[in-house]
Amino acid sequence: MGFLRNEEQRQLVHSAEVFLAAQSPVSLQRRIRDSAVAQAMDPGLWQQVIDLGWPAAVFSEDDGGLDVGYMGMGGVLEACGRHLAALPLLSSAVLCGSILRSAGDAAQKDRWLAPLIEGRLRLALALDESGRHDPHNIATSARREAGQWLLQGEKWFVIDAVGADAFIVVARLDGGAGPIGLFVVPADTTGLHVQPLHMADSRNYARLALAGVQLPAEALLASGIDSAQVLEHALDLGRISLSAEALGIIRYAFDTTLAYLKERVQFGVPIGSFQALQHRMARLYTEIEMLHSCVTAALDAIDQGDAQISQLPQLASLAKARASDLCEKAMNEAVQMHGGIGVTDALDLGLYVKRARLVQQCLGDGVFHRARYARLRGF
Amino acid sequence: MVDAKAWRAEVRAWLEANCPASMRLPITPEEMVWGGSQLRFGSDDQRVWFECMRERGWFAPDWPSAYGGGGLSAKQARVVEEEMLALGCRQPQFNLGVWMLGPVLLEVGTEAQKQQHLIPMMQGRVRWCQGFSEPNAGSDLASLRTAAVHDGQGHFVVNGSKIWTSYGDQGDWMYALVRTDPSANKQAGISFLLIDMKTPGITVKPIELISGKSSFCEVFFDNVRVPADQLVGQLHDGWTVAKKLLQHERSAMSKFSEGAAPSHDALAVARPYLYDDNGALREPIWRDRLAALLMDSHAFTLTHQRVKQEAMAGLPIHGPASIMKLVQTEQEVAKYELLTQLMGLRGLSWEGDAFSADEHAISRLLLLSKTYIISGGSSEIQLNIIAKRVLGLPG
Repeated sequence: MGFLRNEEQRQLVHSAEVFLAAQSPVSLQRRIRDSAVAQAMDPGLWQQVIDLGWPAAVFSEDDGGLDVGYMGMGGVLEACGRHLAALPLLSSAVLCGSILRSAGDAAQKDRWLAPLIEGRLRLALALDESGRHDPHNIATSARREAGQWLLQGEKWFVIDAVGADAFIVVARLDGGAGPIGLFVVPADTTGLHVQPLHMADSRNYARLALAGVQLPAEALLASGIDSAQVLEHALDLGRISLSAEALGIIRYAFDTTLAYLKERVQFGVPIGSFQALQHRMARLYTEIEMLHSCVTAALDAIDQGDAQISQLPQLASLAKARASDLCEKAMNEAVQMHGGIGVTDALDLGLYVKRARLVQQCLGDGVFHRARYARLRGF
Repeated sequence: MVDAKAWRAEVRAWLEANCPASMRLPITPEEMVWGGSQLRFGSDDQRVWFECMRERGWFAPDWPSAYGGGGLSAKQARVVEEEMLALGCRQPQFNLGVWMLGPVLLEVGTEAQKQQHLIPMMQGRVRWCQGFSEPNAGSDLASLRTAAVHDGQGHFVVNGSKIWTSYGDQGDWMYALVRTDPSANKQAGISFLLIDMKTPGITVKPIELISGKSSFCEVFFDNVRVPADQLVGQLHDGWTVAKKLLQHERSAMSKFSEGAAPSHDALAVARPYLYDDNGALREPIWRDRLAALLMDSHAFTLTHQRVKQEAMAGLPIHGPASIMKLVQTEQEVAKYELLTQLMGLRGLSWEGDAFSADEHAISRLLLLSKTYIISGGSSEIQLNIIAKRVLGLPG
């Protein structure tokens, strides 16, 4: 297990920090929220990010990527968390990119993966069907009829759905009775309806209704491969990526709170001199250090590929469970230690709190991942 | 300097040739060989391993050979440690003298002190214990009051008491902090003294804990006369010496922990209690709590690895010792809490053959583990250190 970034990765992470600090101030996220656009991101910022090559970061040079690995990408995502940058890296590059890379045939990769890596197309994963992450509970069905696929069902909380060029839809084959299949569904397909969902973090989510959606035979990915495995692997990459973003959010909240404790004076002294607060901060710091180790180990395990593949699911659940729990605890503590100002909209912290609570739930919270970890450990 | 690769190969070959196979198995507390006047070997292999390491000077490979050490450079010595670890070699001798006091004597001791003390501890003839804490000086160690008064005739006269001295009843000598200047403030009037435990006026009393018998002792001093040449460092400057000594505490503790009772594998112990006779989970909440516990431990292991790699790469690291102490000890406590409660009343047994060895062990360890988060700087002290030194919080 390696915990250190190489020179190229360090440079990428550093440049992401500098870029986001300059180009993605929290005021931008505030403007996006107040303008209530469903796509919930700044297209200009996304284009700059494409030009920087971030969507290509984790792909091999053979695929047209930059091959900096997840150790690099994780640092970029952490920076996104710290600066509250709304970018569709998780949905498109991580989740859909991983599925297309593992399960696409040459033609499918040409059509979808290459432009995704170049940033010309953006895809989103349509998986969950209820409020709690539950990837094995799929009712959306796919039926084969006259050489075509017929999809029927409903997807909830599809991340970055509004404005996506296409979706990867998870459906049960054989009219709902079979194993799962992964379908690429272009956004303009007849029978597909995208309803924006307005969530607390003002990001881009939607409910997808698939009513008699007809697709050509080649819409199905993963012919001859275990689609469930492909999906599970992509989800683990997503969980680890979200954990990296969470680390950035949590560190922002911690650093801001620490600074506040040193400057806020009550009873004639900085409130950070009170042991009741000091010990809570020390415990939070310890938790953040532990989360940092878990996230880094998980990122490294992705980059190790086959050598660590057996450890990856455990590490993903370990990282996401801790990240989710700390998204709750660290943000609550940050608000409480700020006192009254902490619950005002004027303070940026509130925007981070809201984002953190969505990150906590997306792709599984602590309860989900402890249960999964237990299964993986055989109990 | 020998080529690094060649040196590693040489060390490995020597260890393989000289460390008996049974000395490469995990050690139990009963199998720890303590140096000292009561030195005993439980087996011939223990004796062989002890003697050949002693002859090679590898109880402390980086000490000068003149004092019984191996005469190696720090780098070479590290290779010895690494190879011992890699081969699973046991510590041939457990001795606070070698691991804690020795390095300090090498640094600040007089030549006479080095001659008198280093070689006997390196030969395993003298066992050392530590006299720091007092009944009224626990977390606030610098408030200690055991008095050492110079009698003007070459002796200090020591009066007072020490508490929580591990194996005080078996120590041949004690290194102690004593107050030599009662008028000075706290740290300023403390001195570092070496005391022969056979000196008249010393009484040692083992402490019984809530978990039963323990290695902790109380030590009472009643007009104990200590030769003045047993003062280490300057008079009234013992706090500086103690701080030097405590720098070696972590590596000593990790060597000790190799010989401590093997920590229970929480999952293995818990498994039979998780399910009912039909193999169904008794209460799903236990699975969640057990998973949380295992994940905490997993996260700690990863943090341990990360800190090591970052330190080796020369990256700045903040507060790892306090974090590690805090987390590791609290996790041990949490483990025994969970296992006890999962076992229900079976996890609260005390004696008798109606219970399994695990059940007896868990109930005692639940109680003993309370000492982990109190001794060596309580959890609250570690939190203070993190808050002040790492986070820079005021006050």
